[in-house]
Amino acid sequence: MTEQPDIQQQQSLSPGRLALLKLRRHRLAMGGLWALLILYVTCFVFSDFIAPYWFNNERRDLSYQPPSRIHVFDNGGKLRWPFVYRASYTFDEEQNRVYAEDTSARYPIGLFVEGDEHRLLGLIPMKTRLFGVAEPARIYLLGADSRGRDLLSRIIYGGRVSLSIGIVGVAVSFIVGMLVGGISGYFGGIADNVIQRLCEMMMMVPSFFLMLALRASMPADISSIEVYFLIVVIMSFIGWAGMARVVRGMVLSIRSSQYVEAARAIGQTDLRIIATHVLPQTLSYAIVSVTLAIPGYILGESALSLLGLGIQDPYASWGNLLRDAMSVSSIKFHPWILIPGLFIFATVMSFNFLGDGLRDAFDPHSQLVGKEFEQA
Amino acid sequence: MASYILRRILISVPLLLAMSFITLGLIRLPQGDVLARYRNDPRYSREIIAQLEAKYHFNRSFAVQYFYWMKNMFLEWPAPAGAEPAGPAEGLKSWLPTGVRLDLGYSFDNERPVVAVIGERLFNTLLLSVVSLILVWAVAVPLGTYSAVHQYSPGDKVLSFVSFIGMSFPSFFLALVLLYAVSALGILPAGGLTSVKHAEMSLVGRIIDIARHLVVPGLVVVTGSLAGMQRLMRGNMLEVLRMQYITTARAKGLPERRVIYRHALRNAINPMITIFGYELSGLLSGVALTEMITSYPGLGSLMLSAVRSQDVYLVMASMMIGGVLLIAGNLVADILLAFADPRISYD
Repeated sequence: MTEQPDIQQQQSLSPGRLALLKLRRHRLAMGGLWALLILYVTCFVFSDFIAPYWFNNERRDLSYQPPSRIHVFDNGGKLRWPFVYRASYTFDEEQNRVYAEDTSARYPIGLFVEGDEHRLLGLIPMKTRLFGVAEPARIYLLGADSRGRDLLSRIIYGGRVSLSIGIVGVAVSFIVGMLVGGISGYFGGIADNVIQRLCEMMMMVPSFFLMLALRASMPADISSIEVYFLIVVIMSFIGWAGMARVVRGMVLSIRSSQYVEAARAIGQTDLRIIATHVLPQTLSYAIVSVTLAIPGYILGESALSLLGLGIQDPYASWGNLLRDAMSVSSIKFHPWILIPGLFIFATVMSFNFLGDGLRDAFDPHSQLVGKEFEQA
Repeated sequence: MASYILRRILISVPLLLAMSFITLGLIRLPQGDVLARYRNDPRYSREIIAQLEAKYHFNRSFAVQYFYWMKNMFLEWPAPAGAEPAGPAEGLKSWLPTGVRLDLGYSFDNERPVVAVIGERLFNTLLLSVVSLILVWAVAVPLGTYSAVHQYSPGDKVLSFVSFIGMSFPSFFLALVLLYAVSALGILPAGGLTSVKHAEMSLVGRIIDIARHLVVPGLVVVTGSLAGMQRLMRGNMLEVLRMQYITTARAKGLPERRVIYRHALRNAINPMITIFGYELSGLLSGVALTEMITSYPGLGSLMLSAVRSQDVYLVMASMMIGGVLLIAGNLVADILLAFADPRISYD
């Protein structure tokens, strides 16, 4: 609380600085921001380096291997460098694999070991990975999927799809929504009327059904890259109407505000009014609504992939990874395949916290109504 | 009021028309053959397939197909007359509908009329969504009121935190986690709506059986909207509590209970009623994913299989029902609002 400036000082700050200051005091929002930074950096910058295996590196003989246990004491109870045992399995009476650790040999966890080849930042070819163990043992920190692939690696590679699709999808529908909503709000009249009816129609269609119908109307056997962009298009097609409404509301309220009229009265050009008065005002709203809209896109992609209509194996996305969990018997015996859901949950929650904090930070009325002020 | 309702219904007709037209366009877009399943089935001869094709106009453009689908939806038409009509009166008669019915087309997947297929599924979906909606309201309104009245108390903070988690928890993930929990504990059935022995049970047994199956999907749906509704109710209530008439009510010595339940609550609940309509219609879409994951025999899982197998009329009918429920939900909300708030009138 010592760094909190008094009211006098606060009023002399620019709105941007003020918002930043308020955001930094919002603990949940900052937590969300850091969590997102870590997730995005892990998945996009260091994915190949951190993930111990390539996403498609499978070992059919390790299907549904439970998460590897890291040991520090060997058989004799002696303290060792952290190591894992090789997993071996037997069949139970229902022909399910029962994994056990083969304690005859230790496989120490190596740092900066040679693993599957990859390109760091997509440029520098290298084989070094952060950690790993010597074959034939595998280190599967979060267990293996049905084809014996490392779940952790697949989550990290899948994060590229799930995390980027939210941003790309929101960007596309925001651009469309900005254009359409801007036209609707600025010109008014017939254009406004037609666009608003169109938006209402879009919002009247049950969105999840529309998503399914749209996906079904496209060919099923297309590559994963095409599916990715198809999902972006579908989600934007559904999402633009909501965005257009938000933008229209913003434009309408700002257009008729007194300071814009004053600017017009002193003879400022439209372009200058838009650049100096309208845009900075809409920007804060836009940032908040975009932040709060991203989870919807992530969830939409996950739902489609979960139902088998999105990203297809061998490529990974968080929804696609949960597809293994769709049968009750599968979750019952291999509960770790639910872990990708935790990542979706964490991402969505972080975006919600961040969006909430941003809204408070940008709200010009929130500056003096805070709890601190009430107590003062 | 009556004229308002009529106006609203009239406005929604072109919306529904446009929606159905687009849906048919979308579903006919892939060059896939809707009748392909029959062509590979030895039970169907070429003639029968040709008949089906002609009957449902798959060999024509989709505009023609759409026209016939609309034409047959509500009205019965006379069969094309073979002989020349006897007189002008007879001639006119052969152009007029002969009866009223509801025909949404034929489900090629289920080999039954769409109305029959959808009927039972719609009931299941409504059962799930209405039960959930009632529960959400019954829990969210008191919790939201409590949070607002005890703002910043430990109870409010805990509720806010739980709400945030609930809002961020993906429904499909919650469904999977719950399925895992019930299968691990073995206390509740995982998936479906009835047990294998359902038909042999007594009436009470059947109701209990269905209730047990409703727990998992119901819990998922309730959690999904409960958090948001609780936050909303809290916000509304806080806003109302800052009003001057609340201060007045307190100043004139009314007991706090009366201030909150008589004066504040009634006003705070108005925006919730507006949301009610959206909830009602959103539920249909919202429960769809839950249905698919918990293999609940509702409209959502039906839609999924229909979409996958390009069962044209079934998809269209599902979309239409979704749209109709959405419009109806919004209308009901507006009417309820007029009853709840005497300041609102639509005339």
